[in-house]
Amino acid sequence: MAVTHDDVRHVAELARLAVDDDRLDHLVSELNGILVHMDALAQVDTKEVEHAVFAPVDSTPVRADSGSPLKMLNPLSSFAPSVKDGFILVHRLASHEDSADRAP
Amino acid sequence: MTPADFTSLSAVALSARVGSGEIAPADAVQASFDRAATAGAGRESLNMILWSDHELAIRDAHSLAEGMAAAGRGGLLAGVPIAVKDNIATLGLPTTCASKILAGYVSPYEATAIVRLREQGAIVVAKTNMDEFAMGSSTENSAYGPARNPHDIRRVTGGSSGGSAAAVAAGVVPLALGSETGGSVRQPAAFCGIVGVKPTYGRVSRHGLVAFASSLDQIGPMARNVEDVALAMEIMSGLDAFDSTSSSREVGGYRDQFMSLATSPAPLEGMTIGVPEEFFPENLDDSIRRLCERSIDALKSLGAKVIDVKLPHTSLAIPVYYIIAPAEASSNLARFDGVRYGFRTDMAASLRELYSITRSEGFGPEVTRRILLGTYVLSAGYYDAYYKKAQAVRALITRDFGSVFGDGVDALFTPTTPTTAFPIGGITDPYEMYLSDIFTVTANLAGVPAMSLPIGRAAGLPVGGQIIAPHFGEAAMFRVAYALESALGTEAHQ
Repeated sequence: MAVTHDDVRHVAELARLAVDDDRLDHLVSELNGILVHMDALAQVDTKEVEHAVFAPVDSTPVRADSGSPLKMLNPLSSFAPSVKDGFILVHRLASHEDSADRAP
Repeated sequence: MTPADFTSLSAVALSARVGSGEIAPADAVQASFDRAATAGAGRESLNMILWSDHELAIRDAHSLAEGMAAAGRGGLLAGVPIAVKDNIATLGLPTTCASKILAGYVSPYEATAIVRLREQGAIVVAKTNMDEFAMGSSTENSAYGPARNPHDIRRVTGGSSGGSAAAVAAGVVPLALGSETGGSVRQPAAFCGIVGVKPTYGRVSRHGLVAFASSLDQIGPMARNVEDVALAMEIMSGLDAFDSTSSSREVGGYRDQFMSLATSPAPLEGMTIGVPEEFFPENLDDSIRRLCERSIDALKSLGAKVIDVKLPHTSLAIPVYYIIAPAEASSNLARFDGVRYGFRTDMAASLRELYSITRSEGFGPEVTRRILLGTYVLSAGYYDAYYKKAQAVRALITRDFGSVFGDGVDALFTPTTPTTAFPIGGITDPYEMYLSDIFTVTANLAGVPAMSLPIGRAAGLPVGGQIIAPHFGEAAMFRVAYALESALGTEAHQ
């Protein structure tokens, strides 16, 4: 499966990267040079582990939404537009514009 | 304390002398800055340190001294200056991942690993150079230029934690932190002649480590001897509410276990150590092979039973890694868009352009390459052939380790790298560079712990030997490493 110029343009668009046309040839060549080594995987029989996903050895429990706040370099108020009860206040989204309770 | 005293002291020894009042914390910090100056740690020479703040470090040292006076004791790392890779969040110093896109960024919070080290008296004196966003094996991919190996300044330090490895090797600090995704602690440790650890996935909290590939990343310690890295692991390890992948398993008293065997003539009696044939290919450098054979002989003389084993999917590890890691990176690095962090272009006419121009100007060539590669293997039409297939082969690689360890093998011994440190600019093909991780990357894919320690020199350059253990088998890993380090003695650096 060789990568084409259009593939790189498409992937760059998805990745929000601006790629100049004069770099395209180089990137296409580099990506193909890397991906050719990945073709070895196609030869491996993976039927037994088809649906395997990596998971840590232990479970990943969800922590309680509590506890002491993180120690911060500066107080929240020094870099947040406005703070109330330990939360950062931001402008409401347009979709919430029917709410009478407007933030600053 | 003379400069020679400082550079010869381990973290454990320095902490003991600070704790006893023989050395003031501020003097230890000053000695570290003095050594950095004489070793040429800055941008103009070895380029191992990106950020440091002498005034802040001395202030931290005085605060520590006051705390020690009030408590009547110091911590396990009292007054020990540490260097920290630039992708681990610290209060007071920038955290830029050696990337232009995070230029000037100072984290508002600190990594759990750093918090725990500070609680034991460690003092952060420097943030170290690295491959941008930890993507590289030589520390040449830094926005601030390559770090240089203290053993030969024409050669690389290895990477991506090259600055931390060089800082330890040059005697600037006795202890440093790096991070691992595919060998980024062990490979530079081998190239610089020091000890480096990749913990079991989940053993050390990733909270505050800038994410590269979240299913692979781990913070790991680097030092000049096994005891110091074991101590750092005892302090940093354990459950952290801020990382749901951190483990609640009890943290072993690693040092007590191997110290209790220190006087035994056969400290590895009862242990079986496997030597996987896939890590000793025919084209392995002869000098590295000979040094590994010397270490294997030493392991036998220490009482271990050494057997040949097979890890049959090892040759597939590089293709698997360079699909999975870029895929995860393409997602993790989406957050760097010029809106929330660091650098923002002033060339954009629209929001879309703000994202794309900022990212293109802010990321270096290797990061851009990996984001494109990762996005490609996750995109419609290619996901099954690349990403899904790589995950399945990763399961086979993990199963290989499970089979060997399940058959009674306590640890594996291999070379850490296929070569010694190569010349700066010596490798230009991306895939050839990726191959320098060939002996380290399987441990990351399987999530098992591994470490590198010096086992000798080849043409004057350090060579590392690798010990790999089962999941949460750090105690066995350190037992083997400590015994081997003791048996090799000064030969480890000859």
